[in-house]
Amino acid sequence: MQPSLERHAHLIDFAISSLLRRKGKNLSLLAVYVLIVFVIASLILFVQALRREASLVLTGAPEIVVQRMVAGRHDLIPVSYGADIVSIRGVSEVVPRFWGYYYDPVFGANYTLMVPDQSPPAEGTIVIGPGVARNQRVKSGDLLTFRGASLQPLLLTVGQILPQQSELVATDLITLSAADFQAMFRLPPGTATDLAVKVANPREVATVAAKIAERFPDTRPITRSEILATYDALFDWRSGMMVVILGTAVLCFIICAWDKATGLSAEERREIGILKSIGWETTDVLLLKFWEGTVISLTAFLAGLSLAYAHVFFFSAGLFQHALKGWAVIYPDFRLTPSLDPYQLGILFFLSVVPFVAATIVPSWLAATTDPDSAMRS
Amino acid sequence: MITLSDVSKCFNRGLPSQFTAVDQVSLRIDAGGITVLKGPSGSGKTTLLSLIGCMARPTSGRILLEGVSPPFPCPGENGLDISSLPERFLTEIRRRTFGFIFQQFNLIKGIGVLENIMLPAYPLGEPHAKLRARAIVLLERLRLERHAGSRLDWLSGGELQRVAIARALINDPAVIIADEPTAHLDSRLSLEFMEILSGLAGSGRTVLIASHDPIVYDAPSAARVIEMRDGRITAAQ
Repeated sequence: MQPSLERHAHLIDFAISSLLRRKGKNLSLLAVYVLIVFVIASLILFVQALRREASLVLTGAPEIVVQRMVAGRHDLIPVSYGADIVSIRGVSEVVPRFWGYYYDPVFGANYTLMVPDQSPPAEGTIVIGPGVARNQRVKSGDLLTFRGASLQPLLLTVGQILPQQSELVATDLITLSAADFQAMFRLPPGTATDLAVKVANPREVATVAAKIAERFPDTRPITRSEILATYDALFDWRSGMMVVILGTAVLCFIICAWDKATGLSAEERREIGILKSIGWETTDVLLLKFWEGTVISLTAFLAGLSLAYAHVFFFSAGLFQHALKGWAVIYPDFRLTPSLDPYQLGILFFLSVVPFVAATIVPSWLAATTDPDSAMRS
Repeated sequence: MITLSDVSKCFNRGLPSQFTAVDQVSLRIDAGGITVLKGPSGSGKTTLLSLIGCMARPTSGRILLEGVSPPFPCPGENGLDISSLPERFLTEIRRRTFGFIFQQFNLIKGIGVLENIMLPAYPLGEPHAKLRARAIVLLERLRLERHAGSRLDWLSGGELQRVAIARALINDPAVIIADEPTAHLDSRLSLEFMEILSGLAGSGRTVLIASHDPIVYDAPSAARVIEMRDGRITAAQ
């Protein structure tokens, strides 16, 4: 090994044995540090995974959804609008969509009802999400009773329960035939909930949306990128819950680093004096302190990150899922797909390791620049 | 050989608390043998040792080291003038030329005997196995081999002193500097310590001791005794 590498190996050895000498103090520091990194990393991983799920879901969504607005509220849209919209250059298809919400007073839960565009269930049959099946305690082949628009009971057979993988987006979903949907809600003839507009060229989406808004002033075209932007705003670090958790964790970290930066113990000062008197340079002392800080902060970073990874992807972020997933009677019970964003992890690394190492070095530098002869007089 | 010419060291210069610890000292210390700086507390012995040992720079005067080949280019034919070298160069000379034995031993608590001994050599980047082998040899020479893996807390005062000697010798220095080394030792251990130092002087090393212990300055191995008071040399035998 080269002498410079050997020198670092010696200093790392000594840094570790120095840390172990103050085991109690350093282990408690490490524990607090791991906890802070764990909270921040859990938050980053959780939000990142949710955003990823959302963007995956939205890849299959139509480029534009056209809703009719009355007095600023969403209203049913005439299907005839579709014939006009499809004539706009760039629009390849317009499909009326039928969906709504159904409140079940017995179980106190809200379901999302939808008629799928392709291969809807046969009349009298429904396909339900896993959350609905849990909530109603039903299995495939059972009958479910709904209240129809004419207040008559509507009996529908559970044809299939959606697989667990779709839990995040379809836990409260019930798909049914157009005839059953009409029986349940009795929409006025020739109307739909909204219109799904497919645009072949993604560059034309904004122009098509502008033309729709111009031709039908009572409608609101919503593009897929706008929905994604809404998700981003909801889960971005600037949103309220994130700010509170991140702010608290960062504050804890600052207190931790400040405590470290405000000075060395008398014993640490004495040791620096001894090291200088036996021939260590100021840079050797600083390197030693650098390795001490790096060992603590890197261990905390890796341990905190690993714990956060397990917490988010193996235990579904149990510690703060209720705060971040919102309120619902039917909670989705899902596993997030592991995903790591190197950019965000890089920021976390930079924010957690660098300030702590600096906070370790600065007071040592002040102590190490004193004359080595002070050790002769101690 | 070490030559001091009109060396002074002033602390708190320009302040009401200013005092001169070493005052216009000129001295020549030949290589090899034991030289003892004798005098009461506050006479300037420790300050003079720290100036010679490159731990501090004199306020005025010159200190020349002969027979030292520094790892950096240096002008001068009559030896290396260490009076105004920057700290980095002073450290380089200090760790290769001098070995220090302190009054309080100044060992690092909580780590083992062997690691304490190897500590001065860590920044030099010597391979660990080689360094360890040298430390073990020193432990054997000082009859401490059974304590290689021991913690300092388990050692007696005399053993701690011998660990401090081994640490001072790890970089194979030409000069050993000891400041009041027998202050915490009883007479038997003090005599034993002087015996070890006389062995080191016998092997060609220069030994400089600051002490007001008669066991040290009356020792037959003390080739030269220099008396100090109020920062000045008052007598030299």
